[in-house]
Amino acid sequence: MAITKAAPTGADSHEPVRGAPEPEEPTGAGQDHGGQDHGSQDSAGQDSKSPLVLTMLLLLLVLLQGPIRGALSAPVMQSWMTVFVAVLVQALPFLVLGVLLSAAIAVFVPPAFFARALPSRPALAVPVAGMAGAMLPGCECASVPVAGALVRRGVTPAAALAFLLSAPAINPIVLTATAVAFPRNPEMVVGRFVASLLVSCVMGWLWQRLGRTDWLRTPERSHYEGPSKGAAFWNSVRHDVMHAGGFLVVGAMAAATLKAVAPASWLRTAAENPLVAILALAVLAVLLSICSEADAFVAASLTQFSLTAKLAFLVVGPMIDLKLFAMQAGTFGRGFALRFAPATFCLAITGAVLTGAVLL
Amino acid sequence: MNRQAQAAILFLTGAALLHAGFTNLYLRYVKAGLQPLLLASGAVLIVAALATVWYEWRSHKSGDAEDHDHGEGHVHREPRISWLLVLPLLALILVAPPALGSYSAMRTGTALQQPYGFNKLPAAGPLDLNVVDYATRAVYDRGRHIAGRPIRITGFVALDRTGAPYLVRMALNCCAADAQPVKIALTGTIPPVLQPDKWLRVTGTYTAKRTKDPVNNGPIPFFRVTAAAPVATPKDPYDESWNN
Repeated sequence: MAITKAAPTGADSHEPVRGAPEPEEPTGAGQDHGGQDHGSQDSAGQDSKSPLVLTMLLLLLVLLQGPIRGALSAPVMQSWMTVFVAVLVQALPFLVLGVLLSAAIAVFVPPAFFARALPSRPALAVPVAGMAGAMLPGCECASVPVAGALVRRGVTPAAALAFLLSAPAINPIVLTATAVAFPRNPEMVVGRFVASLLVSCVMGWLWQRLGRTDWLRTPERSHYEGPSKGAAFWNSVRHDVMHAGGFLVVGAMAAATLKAVAPASWLRTAAENPLVAILALAVLAVLLSICSEADAFVAASLTQFSLTAKLAFLVVGPMIDLKLFAMQAGTFGRGFALRFAPATFCLAITGAVLTGAVLL
Repeated sequence: MNRQAQAAILFLTGAALLHAGFTNLYLRYVKAGLQPLLLASGAVLIVAALATVWYEWRSHKSGDAEDHDHGEGHVHREPRISWLLVLPLLALILVAPPALGSYSAMRTGTALQQPYGFNKLPAAGPLDLNVVDYATRAVYDRGRHIAGRPIRITGFVALDRTGAPYLVRMALNCCAADAQPVKIALTGTIPPVLQPDKWLRVTGTYTAKRTKDPVNNGPIPFFRVTAAAPVATPKDPYDESWNN
């Protein structure tokens, strides 16, 4: 974990734009997103053209339908596109659910509620928030925007992160799916619950001790305020769907590429050595980016692997995968994701191995 | 990307989800149980698009009347990454890729699982079994209840490197990303020309012959074919019997 690095990378976008000549726009500069701090006139000009660009793009593609279809008819491309579309069609409803929930938290729940609901000592708030993850019925796509909203509402980041990590793995839907997928090994369900909760609490405490606020690009509040609550609510929904959705597309592309291109025979060689097997399945969980409601079935089908390796797959997958990494980078900033993801990955493997040694 | 363009993308995405949800298109990508959620999220996206346009229009009006206080609607942009949302839209509306077929089936090992138990079969007459059913009974029940009876199975054709034919059905738990094939090897009177990905209904009998999937060493039972007829792709191309 690169904790000693002092240079904050993604946090400087909140500073008032360096040398911004005119202070005439009271709110505009602060609302700018990270990575878009070039000349504002220039991009504003570009900006007004975006409906035109969109229309042209759509028209062009409709006109070129035939040739495009031809190029996409190769079996690799077809299978790539099917998986790509499937990941998105599957994830979008859960993303929308998470976004609605997060908008509701951001607009309708007063910050005082969380101050009362969570213990004031962060060290205690972490496990409480981790357990609260069991109440979000959905997969990881829903948990990222909700965790973002929690941070915005003043929940201590350590607790919000524990929630972010635990929610996709320990909710009843996911645990039921795990029980169905492993009819002969009910201890897998217990193992998954224990290991996931353990790892998310440890990550929360770790963040509380070592984390620095400037690593976390706190999502700005301003566009959650509008002329009315309704405006603020839909504004938040629109922003989160566009934002997280874009990153979801990146993750879906990566997962589709892996599924369509990587040969399955690699796995067989990896399964021979028990340690390599655990690592291999952990890496596979990251690369495949399967929804946490379905990953148990995939794990069950990897018959060559040990139960501990499968547990590592089930613990790592909901906490960190390509699509989650992209979404975390989008919500909390790249500087955060680059530190948080490797730490989560290592801890999740450790947690799974320890739990596996005790339970399985 | 400004708000009009965002509203357009939200609207189109919502419409695409509704379209996929109301036709059987969504069954190519996700499990049948996701339909209500798909429709609901499509509707929410469309409402979000309309709300965006509505509030944009209102802030325009009030912005003209009062000061340029609500100019934020023009200054604030989403990051460029939002443009990527155009890609799935195009893929879904223009291309609508088919359900996973023989290409993925032959790259992935057979996913046959030992079942809890077996349903009772009708006492007489030809048996209509699906691919997963036949394969589990042949492998884990050693064909005890199906031997000697005429059996009909529907699945799509896949050919391995040597050209040997298989009848395959992809089993799905959640979405096509986790779809896994269950394979039956064909023997007996096989039609001379078999095209991969074409759906067939084969009639024949159980045989105790078995082979191993080269990809994951999983068991693949054989089926002795007496007749084969092409059929249309089923409404739900995947086998979802593991879902419940």
